[in-house]
Parts: sequence; structure tokens; C-alpha cells
Amino acid sequence: MQGPLIDTLVRQGVSRRTFLKYCATLASMMALPPTAGRAMAEAMAASRRPSVIWLPFQECTGCTESITRSHSPTIEGMIFDMISLDYQETLMAAAGFQAEEALHNAMKDNYGKYLLIIDGSVPLGVDGAYSCIAGRSNLDLLKEASKGAAAIVAMGSCASFGGIPKANPNPTGAVSVSDVIKDKPIVNIPGCPPIPVVMTGVLAHYLTFGKLPELDDKGRPKAFYGETIHDRCYRRPFYDQGKFAKTFDDEGARNGWCLFELGCKGPVTHNACATTKWNGGTSWPVESGHGCLGCSEPDFWDAGGFYKALSMPADPLKIAAAAAVVGAAAGVAVSFANRAKKGAAKAAHETTTLADLEK
Amino acid sequence: MNELQLLTWVRGPGLDIAVGIFLLGVVWRLLEIYSLGRKPDLSAPRHTSGASGLHTVFRRSLPPPGMLKRSPVSYIGGYIFHIGLAIVVFGFAPHILLIKSLAGLSWPGLPSQFVGLAAVVTMAAMVVVLVDRINKPVKRFLSTFEDWFTWTVTFLPVLTGWMAFQHLVLPYTTMLALHILSVEVLLVVLPFTKLFHAFTLFGSRWYNGKVNGHKGVPV
Repeated sequence: MQGPLIDTLVRQGVSRRTFLKYCATLASMMALPPTAGRAMAEAMAASRRPSVIWLPFQECTGCTESITRSHSPTIEGMIFDMISLDYQETLMAAAGFQAEEALHNAMKDNYGKYLLIIDGSVPLGVDGAYSCIAGRSNLDLLKEASKGAAAIVAMGSCASFGGIPKANPNPTGAVSVSDVIKDKPIVNIPGCPPIPVVMTGVLAHYLTFGKLPELDDKGRPKAFYGETIHDRCYRRPFYDQGKFAKTFDDEGARNGWCLFELGCKGPVTHNACATTKWNGGTSWPVESGHGCLGCSEPDFWDAGGFYKALSMPADPLKIAAAAAVVGAAAGVAVSFANRAKKGAAKAAHETTTLADLEK
Repeated sequence: MNELQLLTWVRGPGLDIAVGIFLLGVVWRLLEIYSLGRKPDLSAPRHTSGASGLHTVFRRSLPPPGMLKRSPVSYIGGYIFHIGLAIVVFGFAPHILLIKSLAGLSWPGLPSQFVGLAAVVTMAAMVVVLVDRINKPVKRFLSTFEDWFTWTVTFLPVLTGWMAFQHLVLPYTTMLALHILSVEVLLVVLPFTKLFHAFTLFGSRWYNGKVNGHKGVPV
């Protein structure tokens, strides 16, 4: 399947019109001007499919599962055909030595040009022995593969920020890709998993413009992570009116009121769920009645519990009772000291007599 | 430490420490103050109508004749910002949720837009009261570091809370963390400064009213 992409698409029965519509949708989702859709279409149609290497580290394959659920009729899935996905353990037919050979050939043939996608965190504990592929640690593989990469995409919260493996007490010493690699452009696409269209949108942007999209201070594309869930949530008016679901099955929940009190992390979570939704625009977590977990934010896994509202204590108060007892003891002690002082003053009091005054 | 970690810290260990110091200080100071006692007044009590502890508790909430005209900012500004603070602290739904999780008490919240408005009015009144304190030579002369400091630690939670609510300057997560942090500073400072009047206000009025009532003087 070499040659310009548009030929491949035509062979697969995808019309030029469908392809243009797809590009226009992607462009508008990334808040690019309408002309960018045409530019994207032209760039992608003419491009020879760039090599993409997808390395899975300490992960659950949820990110891969997510990207395979891109909208039917797999219009985003076409991206798979637009790129030459040379190594992806879950999706590739090859295994064992064949797979390793494919990986090394791709890295050699496309040195300096391939896009490296990482999902999963990198364990540093016990010399990286917690996660190995073909007998080599993830750390080794990452360092080797990143050398010839044009750019790195950290796919999912584990690769972006460490993710669940990094949760307290972080037994494997998990870190993010950007903790290890400092000399390559890295784009973080966090989410547990990320939204399929966000993954494919970033890839399309890279194919079109040859560079990564504009990123925020956490390395996330601003186009998708620029606003909070809360600010774009269709339940927001209920928050402003003070109408909250108190349990998952009360009247408020049935009326679709705000889930803040049930622990929704929407106010502190930057992601595009509220606008792009999931499963081809069918629904998204808050619409299905569950609060946002905050999965696209670093350390969401240790942010005080999924079902505790943001304004509630993250941990139970531990020292309050003891502090009150210490306070009472201090109060009583000071009281006795004050009484003793008063008593002493009284005892030391000297009565002045008339004789004293006449001295 | 990123902003979510800061937020988690102020919601967790930070809150624990602040509430601990607050409780320690409140219990300590209340015991200390109320155990001081006074020599019994052995004189025969004089009875005058309106001279008692309870009368003073209420009377001191109203300006004495002529004082409202002489010092309108102190009375009107003071009233506005105290009532505003009460609305903001006890009317905002997330605050009620915090109180519920700490003390088990809860009541219906006010619409957040109304609370936002109350916060603006509160801050305006506090600024006016501060400017008055700076402009009036006598007030300025009587002011110590503690007065400026307590004004600041009271003002900051309102300001940061309102800014978080309105998404101003800093991202919401950071602002919310700073808001909770500023409240924790207030909790730590409250028992050991003049802000302790939140607890001693009515007790001291009662005390003054009773002592003077014994002498037949309505204060």
C-alpha cells in the first residue's frame, strides 16, 4: 500500500467528497480556519504515508481500544491507512522475531522521520525490570526509539503523566515519557483513555502541517484541552442554580442536575468530552449520569477520591480531635498559671497604712 | 508540585493542619478567657430598666444616638461586609458541602450568581472601610499591624474565591487551591488575633452589660 494516500482511499471506496468532509470536520474541531480543511485534505491526500511506531509500555491497552472505536464508518479509522503503522503490538499480525524485525526496519528506514507513539508509563524501579519487551526494559526501548523520531506522541495519561501506575505508592517507579526524553518535541494526549477524535486529530494536524499543534503548559493540544469540562457542560446551569444530585438515584439525578456533590471533577479538568462526546457523539460520562473523574489531568488518580466533591476534605481530619484536647489542656494550664499569678499578686499585696503615708 | 497536587494538599493535609490549629486555639483561648473570672461585686445590686447582659448584647448591635451620623462608614460598611461574609460563607453550595462533611450540618444553598454578587458587595464594603481607616487620622493613629493584617487575611479568601468562581487571572484549579489556602491561613490566624471576636463577641457584651447592670448603668 505505498503511493499517495488518495489512491489508497479510492481503492477502498472512499469518495473525494467524504474525504473532504472528514478533513473539514477535523479542522473545525481543532478550531482551525475553514481553509485549513482543504489544506489538510491536500496534504494528506498527496502525502506518502509516514511511518508510525507505536510502543506500548506499562499500560492496559485502553488507549488502543479507544482509538479503534473511532467513528463508524471508521472515517477516523482511515487514519490508520493514511499512516504506515509499522509496529503496534495489539493490531499487528506479526509476533516475536518478525515483529521485532518490523520495528527495527522501520526505525532504520525512516530514521529522523518517523512518529513515535507511546502509551503507558515507563517504570524506572529495579532497572526498569517491571516492564520489558523482547527482553529489554521500556526505558531502553524508549531511549533507542526516540533517537530517530521526528516527534513523540504520549498517548494517554500514563505516557503523558505517569497515570495509574504512578499512583501512590508507585511501586514500579513509573514516570511519564517527558520525564525521560528531553530533546524531542513531545505532545501529550492525556485521558484514560483519550477521546479517539483527539488522537486522530493531532495525528492529522501533524501530517498536514508537519509539526505539532499549539500546546498548553502541560504539553496538551490547546484545541482539545483549552477549556474545562465544567465550563462546557450541559449541566452547568444547574450548578449555577444550586441544583445538585445528592445520590445517583434521587430526583435530582433523574432530572439531570449537576453532579458536583457526587464528586464530579469537571471544574478542574481540561478535556473535550463535553463537546466532542464519545462513541461517535453518542454520549459522554456526565451525560450518562456519572461525574467526571478528571482523567486528563496529572495526578487525578491521587486527588482525594472520585466520589468526593472538590470542596470536601480530600482526607479525613486526623489531628482535629487531638488538637482540641491539646487546646483544652493548654487552656486549663494557662488558667491555672493565671490564677497562680493572681494569687501571688494578692499575697504580695502590701497594705498601705496612714502611718506609711505620713512618713 | 502541579496545581492539582497543590489543590489535593490544601484539601487534605493542609486542611487537617489548619482545622487542628484552629480548634486548638479556639478551645485554649475560650477556656483561658472565661476562667479569668473577677472578684465578686459585694455591693447591693441596683436595678435600672435596660441594664442587663442581654440588653447590652442587642444594644451594642445598634449605633448609639448621633454616632451613625458621625461615623457612617464604620456602621454601614461594617454591617454590609459582615452580612455579606455570612451570605458568602454559609450560602454557597460548595461551602455547605464542606460544613456538612466536617460537622454533619447542612441547609439549602443560594444561587451561585447571587452569592457572587454578595461577594462583590462584601469586597467593596471592605475596601471602603479600609480606605476610611487610612483617611481618618484618628483611626489611622489607632491602627496597628494587627488591624491591617486581619483585614488582609479576611479579604483574601473572598477575593480568591470570587476570582476562582469568575475564572479570573489564574486557571480555576490554581485559584481554587489558593482560595482554600487563604481560608486555611484565616483559620490559623483567627484564634490568636482580634478576629477571635467571632467567638467572644456576645460573651463580652453580656459580661460588660452584667457588670454595669449591677451598678445600675445601662451600657
